Parts: sequence; structure tokens; C-alpha cells
Amino acid sequence: MNDSITFSLNHISKVFANGTVALQDMHLTVHASQFISLVGPSGCGKSTVLRLVAGLSALSTGRIEWGLDSPTPSPHRAQNPQNLAFVFQESALMPWATVLDNVCLPLKLSGLSRRSAQIAAQEALHLVGLAGWDRHYPRELSGGMKMRVSIARALVTQPSLLLMDEPFGALDEITRSKLNNDLLDLWQQKRWTVLFVTHNIYEAVYLSQRVIVMAPRPGRVIADVTIDAPYPRTEAFRTSEICNQYCREVSAHLSEAMQRDRIDPSLSSVG
Amino acid sequence: MSDDRPTALTNRTALTLPGSTPLPQSSALGGWVMHLRRLATPEVIAPVVVGILFLMLWEGFVRVAQMPTYLLPGPLLVLQTLIQDWPILWPSLLVTLKITIVAFITAAVLGLLIAILFTQSKWIERSFFPYAVILQTTPIVAIAPLIIIWLRNNTFAAMIVCAWIVAFFPILSNTTLGLNSVDRNLLDLFKLYRANRWQTLIYLRLPAAMPYFLGGLRISGGLALIGAVVAEFVAGTGGQKAGLAYQILMASYNLQIPRMFAALFLITVLGVLIFITLSMISDLLLRHWHESAIRRDI
Repeated sequence: MNDSITFSLNHISKVFANGTVALQDMHLTVHASQFISLVGPSGCGKSTVLRLVAGLSALSTGRIEWGLDSPTPSPHRAQNPQNLAFVFQESALMPWATVLDNVCLPLKLSGLSRRSAQIAAQEALHLVGLAGWDRHYPRELSGGMKMRVSIARALVTQPSLLLMDEPFGALDEITRSKLNNDLLDLWQQKRWTVLFVTHNIYEAVYLSQRVIVMAPRPGRVIADVTIDAPYPRTEAFRTSEICNQYCREVSAHLSEAMQRDRIDPSLSSVG
Repeated sequence: MSDDRPTALTNRTALTLPGSTPLPQSSALGGWVMHLRRLATPEVIAPVVVGILFLMLWEGFVRVAQMPTYLLPGPLLVLQTLIQDWPILWPSLLVTLKITIVAFITAAVLGLLIAILFTQSKWIERSFFPYAVILQTTPIVAIAPLIIIWLRNNTFAAMIVCAWIVAFFPILSNTTLGLNSVDRNLLDLFKLYRANRWQTLIYLRLPAAMPYFLGGLRISGGLALIGAVVAEFVAGTGGQKAGLAYQILMASYNLQIPRMFAALFLITVLGVLIFITLSMISDLLLRHWHESAIRRDI
């Protein structure tokens, strides 16, 4: 594994205009090629972290420091299309464009010729198992397939950092675990750094090397659990005792935080 | 996943269930055949039967009550007049159609361009939108004489301006709404990939606004015709440039009531044709993706 730092969040926080503290004093160092999950109940600021890293939202305090080997050597390049990709909660596809045109979009926006964009897009579609679906429209696809297109669109720029915001949250359990496995396969081939937001503890443990547990009101990190299990991870790992143990540990951190939240009136009154 | 049903099954359902229609993936020819078959449904047959019954009653009433034709002509007489007076009515129809089309196209182009301008700057929208509303709420009958006086050297232009005023606002208002109704995630995506204003407009805002724009067109098509007819009434121009409304006016002065009915009938047909044409264009452009144009089984 590569030990170089991709980026570190240096005591960052985010306060919304209405005074809600979305994120309070978060500190996190992310190494290259790591698969990290952020898990927590809604309102804990896990999506906010992704938006801040992507440069879609401005920090209130703190700094994001990009490593030497990082996709974005300077804060001004925080939105560099070649190196950072975002997968949204809903597949966020353009309904009027074909699958191929949707996947081409990032390349088209960066001014690449239509031909080379299409070649790269075909390749990305092949990677996510959707070869031959390029001329279909999003409405003709199932939820899981739409999400695959969305992932292909993220991969088409050959990113080194992949930000995923509850990508499989709206999918059924069977589709979700299939996509989990395919995502892990791809990650092992490509070795991007992945920051994966989910509210599903099992999914977080199954996928990640590190699970960052977060709690709401105000959004903050309450635990950083390293999942010490080898890849490739299989269905056997999903039901194994080791996996269960990690799930219990993460779960315990969460319920502890929620308990404190309920008791402390100064905290529960906020938001 | 419900969309992935095989076409064979869908076709069978279409045969057994009148009123159901095929998925749009079917070939163009198959689509048209299905389209025609769709006409033989209760939704089409019922109003046609009602219409025929009504015409028969009307004809019967006129004959039994021996109504004078200057009060109420029967439908057969109207039809006869339509054929007889065709050399007079046809050029008039073309004049009205020309005013309507020119006004409508101008309204569509300007409506779209100004809506784009509005979405580029919130300040422009804030400053000018209220005046667009005033344009809409001012009764066209009240300002038509003024416009005709101002443009007295060019009555044709005056009538186009009248029709344009009526047709413009729905397009502007609908398109502005559409350009602002873009999926937030997609906007973020464009921001992430550093799309410029122009790219965001071409690849995101305009396609997203398309259904709204087309909806505006459907409303404005009929309104442009109404505007043209009102303007003709007010202007009362005869000679070479006499439109259908002028024919109605003249026919009523001369108590040629059958001709009046015939002209009225033509205006109605024109309005319906405009609506159908615009609906077809809308369905054609949106057939791949928008719910309004996608036909489904029940």
C-alpha cells in the first residue's frame, strides 16, 4: 500500500448561513489508494465533508491540505476535473441524453474531441459492465444500472480521488451488494482513493479499510475504526464473525454518541 | 425495472387493451400504425358520435322550425357556403395564418432569448419580469386600436404586434421557469467539471427547459391566432389583406350568416390544427425522455 498522503482535513468546520453547525472541527488524513467510509445518521455532516473536499462548498474554518502526490497540488485546483470525481446520491443523469452522452459529459466539458471522448466513455461503460447499453436512455434503465452509468461517468476522467455520496442508498439489498462487490473489484484494479459516504454500517465495514463514525448536532467525528481484513473480500467475509465484530464496534460508537446527544440538553436543542 | 418488459408482451397488451399504446422503442412505421389503431378507441369514437348527433339535431331543428338563414343556417348550408365561397375564404385564411405564424415565431424566438437573458442575471429578471407581466395583463382589445394608429402605414405589422403581445408572455414565463428548474446535483456536477456559463446553458439549462418551452408554445399557438383575429376586427382592413375576421365582420354587416359560420368554422379548424401540430412537435422532441411524451401501458 502507498503511504503518501492524498489530502488532510485540518480542523475544518462548516456553519451554514442559518447558523446550523454542519461540521465541527474535523481532522482527518487520507492516504493514497485508501478506501475510507464516513458513516453516521442523517445530519452528521458526512455529505458536507464530500462537498467541502470537492470544492462545491466553502469552508467556514480550517484548511484542506493536499499532499504532494495528491490529485490537486494547490487549493485552487480543488475542482480539477481530471483527478477528482463525484458520485451523487441519486444517479444525477441527464434524462435527455443517451447513456453514452451522459458518460462523455465530463470529457466534453473539458474540451476533448467527441471521438476520443466516446472511446473513453465506451471503455468506462465496459468497466462497469454496461457495454452495449450506450444508446439507451436513462429512463430505460433500472436503478442499479443508472448508478453504474453514474459511476462510469465518474471513472471516465481517470480520477485518482473518488468521492461517493450514499451512491447505493436508494437501491435494494441484492443490487446493493452486487454493486459493492463490483466497486471493490474496480478499486483493486485502479487503486483510486475513495471517500465513501453511507448510513449503512454493514456496507461501510464490508467495503472499507477505515470507517469514520460521525454523529450529528453538531456534525463531528466520534471514532475512526480500522477494518483489518484482507482484500479481495467475498460473500464469506460479509457474513463472517470478524465482519460482525467490526459492525458491532461501529454500532456501539454510534449508539453511545446518540445516547449522549439525548441526555445533553445543550446539544439536543441545537438544530 | 418496469420499463424492461419485452416488446412482444407489450404489443399483445396493446391489442387486447384498447387505449393502451406501445413503448416508443418500436419502429417509426409501427408507431404510426399503432397511432392509427389508437384512433379506434372509445376516447375518439364517443366524441365523434356526439358531434354527428349534434349536427343532425341542428339540421333537423333548422328544418322543422323553418329558421330563416340569417338567424341560424343549418350545417349543410354552412358546408355548402364554405365550398361556394372558398375563393373568398381561402385567401383570407392565408392572411390570418400568415399573421399568426409570423407573430408566433417572433414570440417564440424573443421569448426564448429573453428568458435566457433573465437566467443569466437575477437583476435583469427582477427588473424586467414585472413589465412582461403587465404586457400580459393588458387587454389586447383595449390597446389594439392604439397600436393600429401608431403603425397606420403598415397594418400588417400592427396586427403582428397585437398577436405577438398575446403570444409572447406564456413562452417567456414558461421558459424562464424551465431554465431555473435544473436538477441541483447536475448543476453541482457541471460546477465540479468547471463548465462555463455557455456550456451550462447549452448542455444543461436548455435541454432541461425544453418541456417547459414546448408547453409555452402550445399555449401561445392558440393565443397568437386569437390575437390575430382581434387585431383584424379592430383594424377592419379590407382589400387584398382581408383576413378571416374581416370576412366575419363583413358577412355580419351584410347578413350573410352562412358565410359568417363558414369563416368561424375555418378559424376553429386553424386553431385546432395549430395545437395538434405543436403537440406533435413536442412529442417528437421529448419522445425519448420526458414523461409527457412517453406512452405507457396501464
